Amino acid sequence: MKNTRFVRNILLGIENLLLHKLRSFLTMLGVVFGVGSVVAMLSVGEGASKEALAQIRKLGSNNIIISSIKSVEDDAATTQHSHMSIYGLTYEDQHRIAQSFPHIDQTAPVKVMRKEARLQERSIELRIVGTTEQWFDLVPREVLAGRVLLASDLVKQVPVAVLTEFGARKILATQNTVGEKIRIGSDYFEVVGIVRSEGGQAGNIQMPDEEVDVYIPMTAGRAYFGDINTRRTAGSFIRERVELHQIIARVDKTEYVESTAAGIEQILARFHKKTDYVTSVPLTLLRQAEDTKRRFNIVLGSIAGISLLVGGIGIMNIMLASVTERTREIGIRRAIGAKRWQIITQFLIETVVLSTTGGIIGLGIGVLIPSLITLFSGMATVLTLKGVLLPLLISMSIGILFGIYPAMHAAKVDPIIALRHE
Amino acid sequence: MIKPVNASDNVIVHLEDARKIYQMGTQEVRALAGVTVSFTQGSFWAIMGPSGSGKSTMMNVLGCLDRLSSGQYVLEGQDVSELNDDALSELRLKYMGFVFQSFNLIPQLTVKRNIELPLYYLGWDAVPSAARAQELAELVGLGDRLDHRPTELSGGQMQRVAIARALANDPQVLFADEPTGNLDSATGVQIMQLLADLNAQGKTIIMVTHEPDIATYAHYRLHMIDGRIDRIEQDTE
Repeated sequence: MKNTRFVRNILLGIENLLLHKLRSFLTMLGVVFGVGSVVAMLSVGEGASKEALAQIRKLGSNNIIISSIKSVEDDAATTQHSHMSIYGLTYEDQHRIAQSFPHIDQTAPVKVMRKEARLQERSIELRIVGTTEQWFDLVPREVLAGRVLLASDLVKQVPVAVLTEFGARKILATQNTVGEKIRIGSDYFEVVGIVRSEGGQAGNIQMPDEEVDVYIPMTAGRAYFGDINTRRTAGSFIRERVELHQIIARVDKTEYVESTAAGIEQILARFHKKTDYVTSVPLTLLRQAEDTKRRFNIVLGSIAGISLLVGGIGIMNIMLASVTERTREIGIRRAIGAKRWQIITQFLIETVVLSTTGGIIGLGIGVLIPSLITLFSGMATVLTLKGVLLPLLISMSIGILFGIYPAMHAAKVDPIIALRHE
Repeated sequence: MIKPVNASDNVIVHLEDARKIYQMGTQEVRALAGVTVSFTQGSFWAIMGPSGSGKSTMMNVLGCLDRLSSGQYVLEGQDVSELNDDALSELRLKYMGFVFQSFNLIPQLTVKRNIELPLYYLGWDAVPSAARAQELAELVGLGDRLDHRPTELSGGQMQRVAIARALANDPQVLFADEPTGNLDSATGVQIMQLLADLNAQGKTIIMVTHEPDIATYAHYRLHMIDGRIDRIEQDTE
């Protein structure tokens, strides 16, 4: 009974608003655009940050990645004297890092080599990574065919190769290639598996497996190819001796990641004369990304708040005009016996219906825009339940907040004055 | 000549030394300067007087639209002079019906919805409200105009709708403020005939008018001057 009366009141409100379709529509435009932009911005922002966070997670949020870099002065020296440059992380570094920190439960070395490779009659330069079986624990990737490296491969220095999806495509290998041999340099390696590769960057950290074509056991790599890399660039040879290009260390608990990273920096600083390494911590990046997201949300929230405020003021303005215009109607209702709160309710319902309708239309626009963005730019957008309900709730509250003053104004109408003969 | 009215138990409205004073700038305006009068059940009154005589104030006070500055207003034996705004609204809703000179229909509502308006505030459901609206529209001779808007009606028809609306809550007292003021004389006669018929069926009617012709439909003519009752004329049977 009470329920049907409530519904009836809302229907009466809608009916009244429909009498002035254009005016009602124009009145709610502010809320339409306010809510529309909030929903759209939230879903675009949510999509962007989700993508960034997913990238960082792929790096392994408990990992610390230490990479060799050629320090600037060294670089200059090499080009002048065309000596062999020796820099970067060493086997000893990996050993030390693995031993010195109780919270590091696994480490994996990365040794990058570029070699001419041949599968059947196809020949191409491949980027080869010598590593250990731990790599595949630290940077888990989907195995598409065959298997990954095993501890026994390392111990026995077995000449096996795990192709990445990327590398496999380069030399036109297929799932059937597993079991066949590819020639790397002048030696034959048996292809034992193909793994999926994850490209892209997360912040300023490159994916450890970015541009890797082949994984081979590091022991085999050292035995066959040694530690010296010769690169041919612009007609001259650059010879480098780099033991390890990267060390990936995993910390057992997230809370120790940052302190361990600082410890690693200290140890490396003690044993390296030049800063020929750089430490990156995906977790720090994750924190930064989350922080950025929070700031982004605050900015969005403020913009949304302002646009909704403007929308609300627009509604209030029109409702005040409407009250003035309908003074006579209010007087008639009051004379018949409507109480003040009934007049307040009537106008409040009209305002809330107006703002909520605006909110729903805005929501439609706000859902449409991100899906168009996704359709045309491929950018990920995410529509969260919160991102939908919050603006709706806010638009409803706007109706109440900005409807109260005009409604109170309406209730103050004196029937005697309102009904005075024209 | 003030004619005392017997305070018998069929008095529904009684004013006792009713005073209403407005503050107009520094000047006090005595719209009612001590009025004592009783209205009995089923009577038909015309309140008359020149403009500024206080007849409109009298009407507003009697219709619970305005409150007395001092004195007593007794409605069906109950003193309502001290009631608040909500309580007065409730009295208007339950006991009173209003007909105005300028009809005062709500233009955006249909005839049916205008008639239903008091029922809406009384909390009636849609179905009985519609039946009641139909019944009243037929009573005033507009049974086929329920879905029209007031703007599509003539003045006389609008006033009939207003009368139907005023009757919706089956009021104890029907107030009519210059009901023929905006109508031509032929239509005015029809409206007065309708009011007279209603009175004949037992409805108490209090009407404000300055037209002596119109006032002849009433059985009591209350003449006001300067906020006081000058005289009351009663029809002899």
